[in-house]
Amino acid sequence: MTQTMIGERPLPQPDEDSAPYWRGCNEGELRMQRCKPCGRLRFPPRPMCPRCQSLESHWVPVSGRGTVYSWVRCHPPLLPAFQERAPLLVVLVELEEGEDLRIVGNWLGEGAEDVAIGQPVQVVFERVNEEISLPHWRGMG
Amino acid sequence: MRRAAAIVGIGQTEFAKKLGRPERTAALEAIRTALQDAGLEPGEVDGLVRFDMEATSEVDIARNLGLPNLRFFSSIAYGGGAGCATVAHAAMAIAAGQASVVVCWRARNRGSGGRPWAATGQGVPGDAQFTAPYGLVRPVDQIAMLARRHMHEYGTTSEQFGAVAVAARKHAVRNPRALMRDPMTLADHQASRMISEPLRKFDCCLETDGALAVVVTSAERARDLRQPPAVVLAASQGMGPEHTVMTDYHGPHFLKTPSTWAARDLFGASGVTPADVDCAQFYDAFTPLVLLSVEEYGFCKAGESGPFAAGGALEWPDGRLPFNTSGGGLSEAYVHGFNLILEGVRQIRGTSTSQVPDAEISLVTSGAGVPTSALLLCRS
Repeated sequence: MTQTMIGERPLPQPDEDSAPYWRGCNEGELRMQRCKPCGRLRFPPRPMCPRCQSLESHWVPVSGRGTVYSWVRCHPPLLPAFQERAPLLVVLVELEEGEDLRIVGNWLGEGAEDVAIGQPVQVVFERVNEEISLPHWRGMG
Repeated sequence: MRRAAAIVGIGQTEFAKKLGRPERTAALEAIRTALQDAGLEPGEVDGLVRFDMEATSEVDIARNLGLPNLRFFSSIAYGGGAGCATVAHAAMAIAAGQASVVVCWRARNRGSGGRPWAATGQGVPGDAQFTAPYGLVRPVDQIAMLARRHMHEYGTTSEQFGAVAVAARKHAVRNPRALMRDPMTLADHQASRMISEPLRKFDCCLETDGALAVVVTSAERARDLRQPPAVVLAASQGMGPEHTVMTDYHGPHFLKTPSTWAARDLFGASGVTPADVDCAQFYDAFTPLVLLSVEEYGFCKAGESGPFAAGGALEWPDGRLPFNTSGGGLSEAYVHGFNLILEGVRQIRGTSTSQVPDAEISLVTSGAGVPTSALLLCRS
C-alpha cells in the first residue's frame, strides 16, 4: 500500500450498503456484493438484487484483475486536491469476473502515457487514512 | 395525448455571462414575456411545471405573477434531462383535464453562479463515492468516458466531434441572441485546449445566465391564439436498466444513454419516423452527446454518427438534419437545454434565424446521460 496526504480531496462517505466494500479495500482486498439466492454479483452496492429482488446478500473476494474499458485524462481546472496531479488519468476497469462489473480508479505507476483500452490491469490500494483505502489500477506486464 | 396540447407562447431574457439579476427576477421576466407572446393573461394560468433544480418555487412564481388559482404543479428531476419533460407533464395535465394553461420555465445563473462540481465536499455520499475520490467530478469527465469508448468501438475522431461544434457555431453566427457569434473552423476546434482528453474546450457548452419560459394549452384553444401553435405531437421520458448519472459505468449498455428509451417511446407514440423529422434540437452540453443522440434517435446506425456529422448532415441549410439552429448550448447559450425548446417552436412558427423551409416536424431532446425526455413538435 502507498501512503498519501489527505489534503482537501473528496473521500467516500460509506453508507450501510457500501461499508463492506470500503472495509474490504481497507483490508487490502477487493470484494463484490453477491446475491445469496441467485448468486449474481452487483456493483455499486445496494440492498436488493435487481435480478431476483432478494434482500439477502454477502460479500466475496474477487480477483482484482481486469482490463481497461475506457479512460480519460483530466486537465485543469480541477478540484484543488487534484491540481498537482494534473493531468489526472482516470480509468474505467472491467473486472475479469464479467457481469458488467466496472470500477473507476486512478492509474498508478508506470505506463500512464501508453494507457489503452483492453490493457490488463491489477488493483492496487492507496491508504488515505485509517478508515479509507482507495482501489486504483496498475498495468500488468 | 397525441396532438392534445400546443406551445402557444415563448419568452426569455437576454443571455449573458453575467445577467446581473437574480434567477427569480429573470424567471418572472421570461414568463411574463411568454404570456404576452401567447396573448394570455396571468389570471388564466392554472398550472406550473419546473425543474426540481429550479431555485424559485411555484409559490413564489404564483404570488409574483398574481396567479389566482393553481390546479396543477409538478417538478422534474435530473438536471438537464428535465427540459422536454416539463412540456410533457403540462401536455398530460391538459389532456387529462387537470389544467388549461400551464407555464414551464428554467432560470439559471450558471455563467456567474459558479460551477456545481467545484463545490464537491470532502465526504462524498451516494453513487459519486465511487468516482469523485478519483477526481472524476466534472460532467465533462464523465462524458469523456463515453466519448473515448465510442472512439474505440467505432473509430470516431476528435475532428468528428469538432464538426458538431463547427455546425453549431455556424448557426449561432446568424442568431443575434447567441453569445458566440465569431465563426469557428475545424482548425480552431482542434487548436482549443484539452479539458478532459479526448474532449477539448470547444467540445463543451457555454456557461450562461438566462431564463426562458413556454406557455402550453390545449390544441383546440391554441387555434384562436396569437401565434401559430407548435403542437405537441408526442412527448416521452426515458431511463434504461442499471442507470448511473451521467455515465452507465456499471451497466450492460455503456454506449446507450437514457435517450435510447426516450426515443423508442417518442417515435412509438407519434406515428412518424426519424425520416419525417425536418430539424432537431439536440441536447449539447458536450459534442459527443449530439453524436450519441443522432444514433439513439434513429438518424443513423450505432457508430455512424461521426461520419454523419463530418459529412455536413447537421448543418443548415443543406444538411439532411439541420441541428441546433440557434447555436444551441454550444454557441447560443447553455440554460440547461431549455433554449432548445424555444428554438424547436420557432422552427414550427417559421421564425428561426436559420429556418428550415416549411419545417413540419421538429425534434427537441433533453439531457443525454441522465434520465431524460424528448418532444416532437408539429404544425396544427
